[in-house]
Amino acid sequence: MIEIQNLSKTFHLKTGDVRAVQNVSLSIADGQVYGIIGYSGAGKSTLVRCLNLLEVPDGGEIRIGADQIVLQNGRIFRRDQGGLRRIGERQLCALRSGIGMIFQHFNLLDRSTVYENIAYPLKYSGMKAGAVRERVYELLDLVDLRDKVNVYPAQLSGGQKQRVAIARALANNPRVLLSDEATSALDPDATESILALLKDLNRKLGLTIVLITHEMAVIKAVCDRVAVMEDGRVVEEGSVYEIFAHPQTGITRRFVDSSSPLGKIDRLLEEQSPLVEIGPGQKLVKLIFRKECVGEAIVTRAAREFGLDFSIVLANVEYLQGGPIGGLIGVVSGKKEDLKGGLRFLDENHVTVEVLRDGDH
Amino acid sequence: MGIIERYTPNLYNYFDRFLTSCSATFEMFCKAGAIAFVIGLVLGVLLVVTRKGGIARNPILYQLTNALVNVLRSIPFIILLIFLIPLTRKVVGTAIGVRGAILPLVAGTVPFYTRQVEVALSGVEPGKVEAARSMGSGLLGLIFRVYLHEAVPALIRVTTVTAISLIGLTTMAGAVGAGGIGSFAINYGQNQNHQDIVNVCVVALLLVVFALQTIGNLLAKRTTNRALIQRRH
Repeated sequence: MIEIQNLSKTFHLKTGDVRAVQNVSLSIADGQVYGIIGYSGAGKSTLVRCLNLLEVPDGGEIRIGADQIVLQNGRIFRRDQGGLRRIGERQLCALRSGIGMIFQHFNLLDRSTVYENIAYPLKYSGMKAGAVRERVYELLDLVDLRDKVNVYPAQLSGGQKQRVAIARALANNPRVLLSDEATSALDPDATESILALLKDLNRKLGLTIVLITHEMAVIKAVCDRVAVMEDGRVVEEGSVYEIFAHPQTGITRRFVDSSSPLGKIDRLLEEQSPLVEIGPGQKLVKLIFRKECVGEAIVTRAAREFGLDFSIVLANVEYLQGGPIGGLIGVVSGKKEDLKGGLRFLDENHVTVEVLRDGDH
Repeated sequence: MGIIERYTPNLYNYFDRFLTSCSATFEMFCKAGAIAFVIGLVLGVLLVVTRKGGIARNPILYQLTNALVNVLRSIPFIILLIFLIPLTRKVVGTAIGVRGAILPLVAGTVPFYTRQVEVALSGVEPGKVEAARSMGSGLLGLIFRVYLHEAVPALIRVTTVTAISLIGLTTMAGAVGAGGIGSFAINYGQNQNHQDIVNVCVVALLLVVFALQTIGNLLAKRTTNRALIQRRH
């Protein structure tokens, strides 16, 4: 269990103060894949760096498993029976080694082989050479890179480099893995394979993963829950399904649209495409079908019962965490009262109705 | 020996002196070089870790080191040489000969080398340092296992450059009676109008510099991993 309470971090720059993280509170259950999404500069990177104290927050509390870390005025304390105790450099290092982290640019040591890179966190940790060797090969098997053991990073592809980085991050058996845009520098195939590996490790090892990204597709692929960040705050948080089915804030809606074929509607509207041109008695609507109503032929029922015509512009169904979400954008036409009644009928049947354009206004 | 006698008769007459001079230069180079290497490396690391955004930020230590390096670098070596005479006398007991030359040579080399080391270490990507921090590496681990380890090829290159410039400085040290090839070329060559001696000194120095550069390049190449070299070409 990771619990963050009122975490804040401000950078004092010459150009002024940047409040990178403002009073963020989150709780992440064990074994979850937790996504944090936001545009660059939203503070997600700082937030995740605060979790393993690479960045020392100004204030707040972090609980990771049994460790309770309290931050006051940029100082780090641990809470135990006796109260607060200041944490020294040595304990801080020990604390960090209990949390794995992977990065966008892999950050492997170029002058070390794959073996040496993975052995890095194990050496000088009191582990015997034989045990280090055994563990490195175990990790190589875990990420499926046994044949590359004596190769240098420059000879590996991006996806392979990230696999080495993952093996290295997991060397000390951390309970938590932080992933900072780990797939952003990879091609689509490598992205897919790294995400599959992360999901696999999550299941196999019960590893909690906190993953930050600016791509909704990544969230969709692996996350159980997601927090949306903007200007250093968490503006929305929930299960991935809920966030996709019911985005509350503008920024979340933008992210959801960016990863859905329905997002194309913005361009059609902008280009004044004939597809979305409507007259009196017509409305351009966006309907979102949740798992409760997918497969119930609600649209045709509404059409029949209220004498409405639907002309489909865009439609899509996808599976998120095993649940389907349907989306449909279309022009609906009919008499004024019928339109009203039909849309109310849809609403009552768990369909989220959004009128994008109204021909009567 | 016959060839030397025929083509460089003056050198032949002073050949023993020439050999002593070579060995004096060699001694100055090795002793001053070794000391400057250690001090420069330490100060270079100090600058990188204590600077703003460094892993052990310490503005006071940084400013002090930085100022020392800047001041020493600003003094022309020949002036530094005579400026340091009283200090050398106090520390080593004499200001002349090879012994007296070591301290000014170190003082003349360290600032230059420190800056070079600083640049070499700055070339290590911050991301690597951050990754090592996330794995629980402390200050010493970061310095030895990340900064110095990753910068080895760059450090070899800057060490080569510094070694070559140190050869230049040792010849100037002849001015305080340190001996060596520099003073041999002036005293027995130029002053006595023996051009052949000057020429041989030039060739000898050239060979040394060439050898240093070759060894440096070779080592730098060896320590960069192969795939990286291929990509660079």
